[in-house]
Amino acid sequence: MPSTTDPRTRQDLSRAGESASSADSAHGGARDRAVPDRAVPDRAVPDRAVPDRAVPDRPASNGRPARASAPRGEGHDDVTVRLLDAEGVRHPDAAYDRWVGDVDDAALLRLYEDLVVVRRIDTEATALQRQGQLALWPPLLGQEAAQIGSARALRDDDFVFSSYREHAVAHARGVAPVDLLRVWRGAVGSGWNPHEARMAPMQVIIGAQSLQAVGYGVGILADAEREGRTGDTEVAVTYFGDGATSQGDVSEAFTFASTWSAPVVFFCQNNQWAISEPVSLQSKVPLVERARGFGMPGVRVDGNDVLAVLAVTREALHRARTGGGPTLIEAVTYRRGPHTTADDPTRYRTSAEIEHWEARDPVARVAAHLRGRGVLDDDVEARVQESADAVAAELRAGISQVEDPSWEAIFADVYAEPHHELAAERDAYARYLDGFEATGEDAR
Amino acid sequence: MTAEQMTLARGLNAGLRQALTDDEKVVLLGEDIGALGGVFRVTDGLQREFGPRRVVDTPLAESGILGTAVGLAYRGYRPVVEIQFDGFVYVAFDQIVSQVAKMRARTGGAVSMPLTIRIPVAGGIGAAEHHSESPEAYFVHTAGLRVVSVSNPQDAATVLRQAIASDDPVVFFEPKRLYHVKGPVELEDLGAARPMGAAHVVRPGRDVTVATWGSHVSTAIDAAEAMADDGASVEVIDLRSLSPWDADTVVASVRRTGRLVVVQEGPRQAGVGAEICATVTERCFEHLQAPPVRVTGHDIPYPPAKLEGHHVPDLDRVCFGIDQALGRVPLDVPTARPEEVAA
Repeated sequence: MPSTTDPRTRQDLSRAGESASSADSAHGGARDRAVPDRAVPDRAVPDRAVPDRAVPDRPASNGRPARASAPRGEGHDDVTVRLLDAEGVRHPDAAYDRWVGDVDDAALLRLYEDLVVVRRIDTEATALQRQGQLALWPPLLGQEAAQIGSARALRDDDFVFSSYREHAVAHARGVAPVDLLRVWRGAVGSGWNPHEARMAPMQVIIGAQSLQAVGYGVGILADAEREGRTGDTEVAVTYFGDGATSQGDVSEAFTFASTWSAPVVFFCQNNQWAISEPVSLQSKVPLVERARGFGMPGVRVDGNDVLAVLAVTREALHRARTGGGPTLIEAVTYRRGPHTTADDPTRYRTSAEIEHWEARDPVARVAAHLRGRGVLDDDVEARVQESADAVAAELRAGISQVEDPSWEAIFADVYAEPHHELAAERDAYARYLDGFEATGEDAR
Repeated sequence: MTAEQMTLARGLNAGLRQALTDDEKVVLLGEDIGALGGVFRVTDGLQREFGPRRVVDTPLAESGILGTAVGLAYRGYRPVVEIQFDGFVYVAFDQIVSQVAKMRARTGGAVSMPLTIRIPVAGGIGAAEHHSESPEAYFVHTAGLRVVSVSNPQDAATVLRQAIASDDPVVFFEPKRLYHVKGPVELEDLGAARPMGAAHVVRPGRDVTVATWGSHVSTAIDAAEAMADDGASVEVIDLRSLSPWDADTVVASVRRTGRLVVVQEGPRQAGVGAEICATVTERCFEHLQAPPVRVTGHDIPYPPAKLEGHHVPDLDRVCFGIDQALGRVPLDVPTARPEEVAA
């Protein structure tokens, strides 16, 4: 694996929770199978587009009757899985508690540290872009819990196909912070070796990676069948956003994964905005409802609740590992920063909306919960912040040391096998550059 | 080992069977390639022989086929994708040009994309709209891809094996007109076969070079025979590979003959023929005795079947092109404002 500043690269949160599988069997295993007519088992979706969204710029109703829904505990709406509310109060959940039964105070504290560190990396990267060290940066501010909660549920041998904002996922896969930034400096096409990190390079074409995850999942199935393995396969996990759900590739990925029962988890971070376009422009129905039409389970989770995200992701992973096929997870969250450092969100959204989501901060609620449990105090918080600052300092020192590749790199790796014509083009360009050297001029 | 007579489609089938037998990581993906054996029967019997995990019927979505093939390649597989008809490949364009073609460079060589993308190509068979396209130029223009087009059953078998064995992605064009044309195929000793990227002088000649590929190799051979009766010695080159293309073989030929005709079915503008003419002009300028001549499809959408004879180069148009190169008839290059040129 790539080096990391965090010696505790992998929390062992990937295997835990699978003990819940026996409980599933006892319950008839309904959640572990793709049952088209029970796609969202007890998460009936009311006729509101996004319950958590404060901005009234969408239709209040799509005109369809709400499905009957089981009442959930205090602090829940009828749909969204939430274990830790915005104030840090832990709410019991009959369906999902068992998926995080092993997450004790210490484990939750480690998740909290994760959240603080990736937020600090993100802040530092934005600053580095402003100072000219990076060409561009797409901040993840606000989406830390969605990414950490899901990524920490993965096993080392799972494989991730992500979009371009999943810095926290890559961090959890063991990618060193400076490697996260190299691509945004414009130095390389991929900051890490995908086979080592078990994560494909970030994908810029919206939604294209979802199909690639399905193909990887099909390969997992074929390998398992050839090797006579059953019941505990790897899983391909793909991350995409609300905007991507409008792409044909994502719909095709849903179809392929569903009809082939591929071991795939579709993790949609609904961060409410695709640059300047609100999610209401992408879908008339809650995104999680897409799952039903494709015949796979779907679950909507409070994407700012790291514990709930961990729980629903573990459930989906378990389903995929045990032959239950794909799951769509809609993590409802919010992109509090700009789309990228080149964006100006003041042109399309209000500060009131941002304040609404700041009150649902993914880090603060874990801190509040841990303080209530006596696990976190000022000293511990200061220590966590110090270690995050150290990561940022190392990142800052490291990124300025990343040298520009030599020009020959643009010709390397275009083809795997000899390509005499391209080699000739490269040589002609080298002669051209040599001409400048001979006259003492700068070719550039 | 004696050669066996078989159609180009059976040659492809034999090549696929060998690849599936030799390498368990070879998987076939496509629409109707299983029980049906593909609409042209190229995969006939393969699913029965190798099972539905190796010969996979996909949902009807070409981008989905290519995208899943990318994921299979990540997993260490060597996918062979069938696009049912040339005109259906465009919806997979992003996965091919942005994903398949660039993945190796994007990852600094860490991730290879050993895909073979089989595409039935070109017209002349009286087909419906979107079933007769010649889209090779799009892919030739894309770095990271290799592009080949076969013209006979032997190449169908051997070049397909070479394409599947290549660690680079290969767009593999199969001229529909030739699927049922028979020829000798030697299935042993493929290692001794001509390299995938090498052109082949299929008929030597002294007076003019005709460079082409795919179904128009046979058109060019027919034209060469007709011109022989007319006292002209025509050399015919089957390019076989369009990216990279074997410029050395063409240049060597034109330096001898001094004249070049390129035959392509696709539209004239920015076609592969234009690239060949430009390169030959750069490298053979002092040897040329006449401007290079392009015999091509028109710059039009592929016409309805009853009119395709006016679009697809045929024997007469190739002979006319050769006559122009030989100076036997005036060069007639399409020119928008001939009076201005004259002035």
